[in-house]
Amino acid sequence: MTAVDSFPAARAEDAAGQPSARINLQPQAARPFALVRHSLALAWRSIVKIRRTPEQLMDVTLQPIIFVVLFVYLFGGAITGSQHEYLQFVLPSILVQTVLFSSMAIGMNLNTDIKRGVFDRFRSLPIARSAPLIGAVLGDIVRFLVSIVVLMAFGYAIGFRVQTNALQALAACALALVFAMCLSWVSVLIGMMVREPGSVQGFGFLVMFPLTFGSSMFVPVDTLPGWLQAWVTVNPVTHLVDAVRGLMVGGPVATPVLQSLMWSALLVAVFAPLAVRAYRRRT
Amino acid sequence: MTNAFEAVGLVKRFGETTALAGVDLAAPEGTVLGVLGPNGAGKTTAVRILATLLRADAGRATVGGLDVVRDAAKVRRIIGLTGQYASVDEDLTGMQNLLLIGRLLDLSRREARATAARLLDRFDLTDAADRPAKTYSGGMRRRLDLAASLVGHPAVIYLDEPTTGLDPAKREDVWNLVRGLASDGVTILLTTQYLEEADALADEISVIDHGRVIAHGTPAQLKHRVGGRTLEVRPSEQADLPVVSQILTDVTGRAPESPSRGVLSVPVDSDLAMTATVRRLDDADIAVTELALRLPSLDEVFFALTGRHTDTDHATLDSHATLDSKEDAA
Repeated sequence: MTAVDSFPAARAEDAAGQPSARINLQPQAARPFALVRHSLALAWRSIVKIRRTPEQLMDVTLQPIIFVVLFVYLFGGAITGSQHEYLQFVLPSILVQTVLFSSMAIGMNLNTDIKRGVFDRFRSLPIARSAPLIGAVLGDIVRFLVSIVVLMAFGYAIGFRVQTNALQALAACALALVFAMCLSWVSVLIGMMVREPGSVQGFGFLVMFPLTFGSSMFVPVDTLPGWLQAWVTVNPVTHLVDAVRGLMVGGPVATPVLQSLMWSALLVAVFAPLAVRAYRRRT
Repeated sequence: MTNAFEAVGLVKRFGETTALAGVDLAAPEGTVLGVLGPNGAGKTTAVRILATLLRADAGRATVGGLDVVRDAAKVRRIIGLTGQYASVDEDLTGMQNLLLIGRLLDLSRREARATAARLLDRFDLTDAADRPAKTYSGGMRRRLDLAASLVGHPAVIYLDEPTTGLDPAKREDVWNLVRGLASDGVTILLTTQYLEEADALADEISVIDHGRVIAHGTPAQLKHRVGGRTLEVRPSEQADLPVVSQILTDVTGRAPESPSRGVLSVPVDSDLAMTATVRRLDDADIAVTELALRLPSLDEVFFALTGRHTDTDHATLDSHATLDSKEDAA
């Protein structure tokens, strides 16, 4: 077998060069900025995985497009009477929905890594315990950005136009991104608590459906029955959708932006410590 | 000779279950320690403690003189770990898997690529380098996993049941790789349920059962301890069988049996039995096609040490299965 044949060569290299340099019980000193470099290396891994796994690639590219087609062309006419008009209303919502759904993937990915033993390998390496977590979050940002770009490009192609200005539109994307990242702590927590990766998705949808559909995303709030309006008005996603929509197509933004940021802070304050504690216990 | 790693009095409990009840393990630099035991004996728990993945409830462990708890980060720079199941990233290619490990070990991009390419070549994976690991066969995955644990040129490597689930040919491949590593001077801790594997690879063996080391020694010492060596002779000519039988009786004082046609076998106690037999065969001018002093199998050793066979005690295996799932959760 060739693999065995190559061993003498490896030894000869030692004899010729530095004897026992390969086998050294003295660890080398760590280089600076290790956490940043390791997190980036692990983020690279997440990005490679997005390209490699069809499901993940579909999540970030096809899914937003399908939702736009579904809502604009299937329901749009019935909801507002004009598909073009509804597109302006619903595209910012679908942007929010897309990044929020994407934010649920992190828990499932982490859970899968632990389950498959990939985390054992990471933990046996001289890297910070937080590096895989940070790497996953950085990878998520890339995923969010890809889906935002895909969505906006498709929206523009079928007639969506930003009514405000580029800066406000970017602010809208940034706000959605920040909120999604804060919400992803919930996903991390679920991912650390359940045994099977599949359960994360189950739990995730349980959380996501009332949050997204039970908001001002797809229909004007005043068309809803009273009890549902009560939920929609306290739902943080409603504030986020109002803020993102306002920043893109005009409307009052100050209050919903502030509310969205407050909710983001609250989500982090509550779930980040819980998730990190669960992460430390599990890994 | 100093020990490359050393564990003293390791205790680990998972809830009600005691996985380790005071385990001592050590291997001098450049040797292979086989940790042999049935499923759930505590092998994986011990490895995980030595690999800094798990903290012992009591006892201490050092690798290269460094404490696995206090100096965990330094210990991680000198160890390589290959888990019970191949812990490679299935979505990444073989090359990408190794590149990632290289980058996490602070190799430069170029060093990481060169190291990855060299390891892929050494493990016969160059052709599959750019295929996702999920398309690999079980044996290829093991090899990639092993390669991943070597990226950092570790001085100590833990191989946790590296051949479980592999067919015999693939197992032989892994054995050759382990032998190659050992001859490179790497210290290896190898856990296994296969008695012949420990026999084939290990310089010393610790037999572990229910979280305790129940025996330790070289494979030969362990076999000696249990006794039961037999001398087997197969004369070239069937006609010589009565003469050979007489010689064996004279030398050992026991009447030989015939385990299979044309072979005579007799238990021996004295180290001189073999030489005496050869001399007498020579005097009688008898040619033999087979002449061997057979040691007992390690399976018999285990039975002698524990009173149980390694693979027949289903009740124990079942109770260990629950322990395994607890180890998983931890």
